[in-house]
Amino acid sequence: MKDFGYTLQPDFSIDFDRNDKRMMLYVVNHEPSLNLCIGCGSCTATCSTGHFTSFNIRAIHTLLRRGETHQLKQEIRKCMFCGKCQLVCPRGVNLRNVILRINRAIEQIG
Amino acid sequence: MKQRIIIIGSGVAGLTTAGVLAENGFEVVVLEKESRIGGHVRKWDRLFPNRRPANEVMEFIEKVLNSSVDLRCGVTVNGVIRHDEEFIVLLSNNETVTGHALVLATGFQLFDAHKKEEYGYGIYDNVITSAELETIFKEGKQLTTNEGKTPHRVGIIHCVGSRDEKVGNLYCSKVCCVTGVKQAIEIREQLPECEVFSFYMDLRMYDRHFEELYYEAQQQWAVNFIRGRLSECSENPDHTLILKAEDTLTGRPLKMTVDIVILLVGIIPDPETGKIASMLGLPIGTDGFLMSGDEHIKDNTTTIPGIYLTGAVKGPASIVNTIADARATAQQITSRFMAG
Repeated sequence: MKDFGYTLQPDFSIDFDRNDKRMMLYVVNHEPSLNLCIGCGSCTATCSTGHFTSFNIRAIHTLLRRGETHQLKQEIRKCMFCGKCQLVCPRGVNLRNVILRINRAIEQIG
Repeated sequence: MKQRIIIIGSGVAGLTTAGVLAENGFEVVVLEKESRIGGHVRKWDRLFPNRRPANEVMEFIEKVLNSSVDLRCGVTVNGVIRHDEEFIVLLSNNETVTGHALVLATGFQLFDAHKKEEYGYGIYDNVITSAELETIFKEGKQLTTNEGKTPHRVGIIHCVGSRDEKVGNLYCSKVCCVTGVKQAIEIREQLPECEVFSFYMDLRMYDRHFEELYYEAQQQWAVNFIRGRLSECSENPDHTLILKAEDTLTGRPLKMTVDIVILLVGIIPDPETGKIASMLGLPIGTDGFLMSGDEHIKDNTTTIPGIYLTGAVKGPASIVNTIADARATAQQITSRFMAG
């Protein structure tokens, strides 16, 4: 076939229909308070890890919800488990259990 | 004999109800715990969304009052007795008032910003509330720091005491968003060199001309909006303040130095309301505001015949909504007694 010099770019959009939501279901089933998140970013603003690394617990939650779990393994390891996020959350989300459950989900689902 | 209606509270809700009832031929007694009538609107300089002077609304409401309205200031309710078709209200000055219907227009109070300790109100002098800023405008003063300097940058913080489980208030106070946008414009108007940054979670521009005010704030006044809830405020040695939030639209933590912080304090039920509700056995909602007979179709009546609710006693409400609600209450009462 003639090469015109074009390449195919992989789709950058979130393919919600194809994404695997098992991890999200596992986490929200074990910590239903996560459903209360309003995305205000208080958790990330107060996060010790987030001030020095790319770790962003609000974004992790949103990615989890969309089934975008491929980067999760690397990111979730950065959490130091201090619990400040939970102290400031205006919706009372049990964020420490969320982190625990994400780790557990990674172990179980991969 | 004229029917007598007792109204507790002389803010926009109570006075509007009183005015319409008086016009309709009732005798009205208005009870007010403060030394003067008018409630919160008296403390406002200009109103959202069109920044018209608040005293114009005040004058309009006061104008409808006539000789059949008996205003009693500086009294609180010690007890209410139901006797046949009448209500006997025992007052703090040992007087009693008898009426054929009772209207609770006890309104609201502002959230005590001290409770949100991490925002530094009462700790740092340059952290003030939206109510205090309104007073500065009303007194015709210039906005300055506590040290008397003209601010270069001001932060306006939305949802202080609202939508926050940590202070026990899950509800939205409704009117703070548009108040914040109004005050941001007014700061820019007064101090064109001063930058204004609003920290918000959602801008709830729910009513007519609110969204247009937001548009004006961006287009004409270059007010900056950062989507993220303030997590904490701390003070520098020079008394400027550091704000920390997540800039959720870039996904990174953000810190910013400002000269003054304005806290948009939310609306909470007046403690007097709870006291009167428990005397009467009226149901209170999970948010602490009173429950009407039916939230959709009987929002001015209660489970007790002859007792009516009007205005912010049922939750945060704008002046526009409160006036409409007060007129509806007066109409309900008029219909009831006209029908015999």
